[in-house]
This record gives sequence, structure tokens and C-alpha cells, in this order.
Amino acid sequence: MAYSSKVIEHYENPRNVGSFGTTGEVKQRKDVGVGLVGAPECGDVMQLQIRVNPDTGVIEDARFKCFGCGSAIASSSLATEWLKGRTVDEGLTIKNTQIVEELSLPPVKIHCSVLAEDAIRAAIEDYKQKNGLGAEAASDARAH
Amino acid sequence: MPKLPIYMDHAATTPCDPRVVEAMLPYFTERFGNPGSRNHSFGWEAEEAVERAREQVASLLGADRKEIIFTSGATESNNLAIKGAASMYAKAPAGSDKRGHVITCRIEHKAVLDPCKRLQKEGFDVTFLDPPRDGVITREMVEAALRDDTILVSLMWANNEIGTINEVPAIGALCHEREIVFHTDATQWAGKMPTDVERDGVDLLSMSGHKIYGPKGVGALYVRRRRPRIRLTAIQEGGGQERGFRSGTLNVPGIVGLGAAAEICRAEMDSERERLLRMRQRLEKAITTRLDVVQVNGHAEKRLPHLTNISFGFVEGESLMMACKDVAMSSGSACTSASLEPSYVLKGLGVGDDLAHSSLRFSLGRWTTDEEVDYVIDNVVRAVEKLRLLSPLYDMHQEGIDITKIEWQAH
Repeated sequence: MAYSSKVIEHYENPRNVGSFGTTGEVKQRKDVGVGLVGAPECGDVMQLQIRVNPDTGVIEDARFKCFGCGSAIASSSLATEWLKGRTVDEGLTIKNTQIVEELSLPPVKIHCSVLAEDAIRAAIEDYKQKNGLGAEAASDARAH
Repeated sequence: MPKLPIYMDHAATTPCDPRVVEAMLPYFTERFGNPGSRNHSFGWEAEEAVERAREQVASLLGADRKEIIFTSGATESNNLAIKGAASMYAKAPAGSDKRGHVITCRIEHKAVLDPCKRLQKEGFDVTFLDPPRDGVITREMVEAALRDDTILVSLMWANNEIGTINEVPAIGALCHEREIVFHTDATQWAGKMPTDVERDGVDLLSMSGHKIYGPKGVGALYVRRRRPRIRLTAIQEGGGQERGFRSGTLNVPGIVGLGAAAEICRAEMDSERERLLRMRQRLEKAITTRLDVVQVNGHAEKRLPHLTNISFGFVEGESLMMACKDVAMSSGSACTSASLEPSYVLKGLGVGDDLAHSSLRFSLGRWTTDEEVDYVIDNVVRAVEKLRLLSPLYDMHQEGIDITKIEWQAH
């Protein structure tokens, strides 16, 4: 399958790879939201972490790790780029269709962008829950 | 530095040996006759070439030349063998039930599975054996599935995805004791490994030209003629060529190519097997030593010398192929064919979905060099290391988290 040049570029130079600590550590950190979506048996798992400034609600840093195809890696890499500098509420406006467009994903790879959107929502939800910021985002994410 | 890209997918297809092409060429132009033309020299010349090829293929298999039927490839050979034998040996006429019992295995090629599923729709009972974890079907497994009305056993000689070798001689002997027709799909075996249909008790054997450095679009079916004489109902009808088993004007250049390819395989088999085995073992050893959580699939010894299937934990197959873009090989996952389903063969062996998603099949061939093997080893090791730096699952594994215990949300 031919990948778009943008997918290849992200795949070869993924942005913001990593995490803000071990699984145990990030669970304790209130300024970090973690989204872990997908399943190994489906062939993709995305882990997205955001570090939020509690005073401004701005996502100051984002990190990802991804088990998946080139398009899944590119989608999550792109998600970290787009999240940085946005507030958590602005982060929720990122839609999978924007990712599809930016990366020129073919129809068979649209699920990668959906997964990236799910990861964004899950990370923001986790941050909000940790900080008692209401269940609104949570119900939004589940309705997806 | 070897020339790129490197071809390591010889189980999918092989290049034609230049000696094969040379043998074929005259049969496209000056020797273009139809072997069915019995009354002029053009026809005689073509017939002579076809009969020589029949002899060459027969020698490769330890058969008599009258037992070789030329077809368009192993898929057609499998269809003719399975549907043709079932129809001929059916216990009840078409349109009724209980026409007989057929045994095959879940990890056969689709060209065997689908004809067997067709038989199910046409009143036959089919048992699809569950393979053991090592992938090798034994005589005992077949014996346990036999019934009074079993008419046909169809089991591949060697598996195309993992290279495991079934106990064909023992299964052939069992079938002969019980007077059951035994078909083997030898597409990956013939031309690579010593074959003797007499010694090995095979009644029907399918093989293909393009897996043995011959051309595509040609194959053969061995049909036993004595002790016992196997009969088949033809699938394709017409001019009655190939003793009525397979009508249609013979593909003379292709058949000449198949014959030449068979002869070269027979002459070079022993030295080639040793060379390929040495290279495959080096590949496996280097990869399993340099990386953790890798698994060579299938039985450790009962495997083809030139093929290996390796699962890499915590990385995904398609991205692994992307990282090895200069090496042509096959992913254990069918993601590339857009189905997103992991290999049914690996799943059939009980390889978990997580590992089945990240498996590569390396198949070496006649022109594979040590230098190429070294390049592939380095390329694959570096790719897996890179992808594991990206893999959340590998992190969890290193933190001691059992990923099978996590409640994943399948989507």
C-alpha cells in the first residue's frame, strides 16, 4: 500500500515520542492526563499523555506511544503536535476528519484517525476526572 | 552493500531461472505447434517437447510420466484433485446427503480449504483438523478423525506460511491401509525436498511452476495409476487432452519451462537445501539472540530449509514492513490486503492475536546471498528496536505489566 508523504514523514520522524513517567507515576500526577485506546488483537494501541498547566488549562506538552501501522503512528504523532498550546476544551474540538485530511489517509486507514480522536478525548477526560472538572467530557467520550 | 531491494519472499513466487527461459523461448515462435495436431511436424515437435517435460516432472516426483497431468497451476491441481476425487468416490449421487467424509486441516492453503467448503455444500462431510501448536499433522491425528465413510484425505506436504512439514509418508501409509485416497498439496515442497510418491504413499500431488523457478500459469497434478489406480471426474471438459482429466490446448512453452525447472531442481536440490538451511539458521539465530520476545513459529526441526516465520512481540506487522522497505517479505498479518485480520494460520496454531499481528515470513531462494541475509538481519533488528521505542506495549512489558490482563476496548 502506498503511504502519503506526510504519513511517511511522521513515521520516519515521529514527534513527541515518550511519556511523563511510568504507568504508576503518571497515574499519581494530577497535571497529566493519560489516554490508552485500542487493543493489541486489533493491531493498534495508542497511548497519549498531556501535561496541563492547572492555572491556565493549557496543554503545555504532549507525548505519545503507538503500537500500530504507519498511519496509526502518524495520526498519534500529529495529535500531539496539534494538542500542544491548546486548552483542554480546545483539544476536544480536534476531529478525526481533520486528521484524515491532513495526512491524506485512505478509507481503509480512517480507523487510525478515529483512534487518535478517541485517545485525545480519553486523555482529556482523564485529566478532568483527576481534577474534578466535571463528567461532561466523560459522557461525550463514551457517546462516541 | 547488497543490491536493493532484496527479495526474501520466495514462498510467494520465484524468478524464472534464465536456463528455464532459454528452454521455453523457441516454443513461442518457431516451435509453436499444437501437440494435439497429429498429422504434421509442427504438432509432433510440440508433443515431443511436452512428453519430455512430463518425464522431467515425473522424475522429480518418483512417478511415471503417464501419471503427470499438466494444469494451469497448483490451485487448479488442488481443485481437480479434491473435487474430482470426491465426485468419483462419492458414496451417494449428486443432490443427496451423506456422500462421504473428507479430512483436511484448518491451516491448509485457501486453494484446498475453499474446494473442501464447496464439497460441504454438495453433501460431503468435511473434518478440518485443528493443528497442534507446532503445526505438524501426524498419522495419529488423521487416524483419530477417520470414519467408515472417509473417502479422501487432503493435507499439504509443507505449510506455505510457517514451513512446517506434515508426516506425509506415515499418513500416506495409513490411507493406503484403509483404502482412502490421499491428496497432498506439495506446492512449497516439490522441487525443494526429495520426493518419491511410491515410497511416500501419495495418490494425488499438486505442484506449481512458479514456486520452483519456472513460469507462472503452469502446474502439474500427479495421479497414481497403479496400486491403486486413482480415478477422477474431470472439472474442465472439452477436447479430452491430458487423458480426459484436463481438456484445453496445452500451454507448451509453460510446460517446457516447468519441465526444465523440475530438472534443475532435481540436480541441485541437495547442495541447495544445505546452503539454504545454513542461511536460514543464521537468520533465526541472529534475530532471536539480538532481540527479546521473539518467537520462531512452528516445529523447530520439521520445517522447510528455506522458510521461517518469526513473531516479534509488541510491534505491529505493517509498520515493521514499512521500516524494512528495502526487503520484500510477507507479513503474517493480512493488513496489507485491507482485511485487518491476523493470519488464520498463526491463529490456528494458537499464536495470540498480539503476536500474530507482528509476524514476518522470510523465504530464501536460489540467488539469496549471505550478504543479503546479513543486511536483512540488521535491518529487521534495527526496525524492531525503533518500533519498540514507540510501543506502549513494550513499555508495559518492561514495567512487568501483563498486557493480556488489561481490559482493552476493542474497537
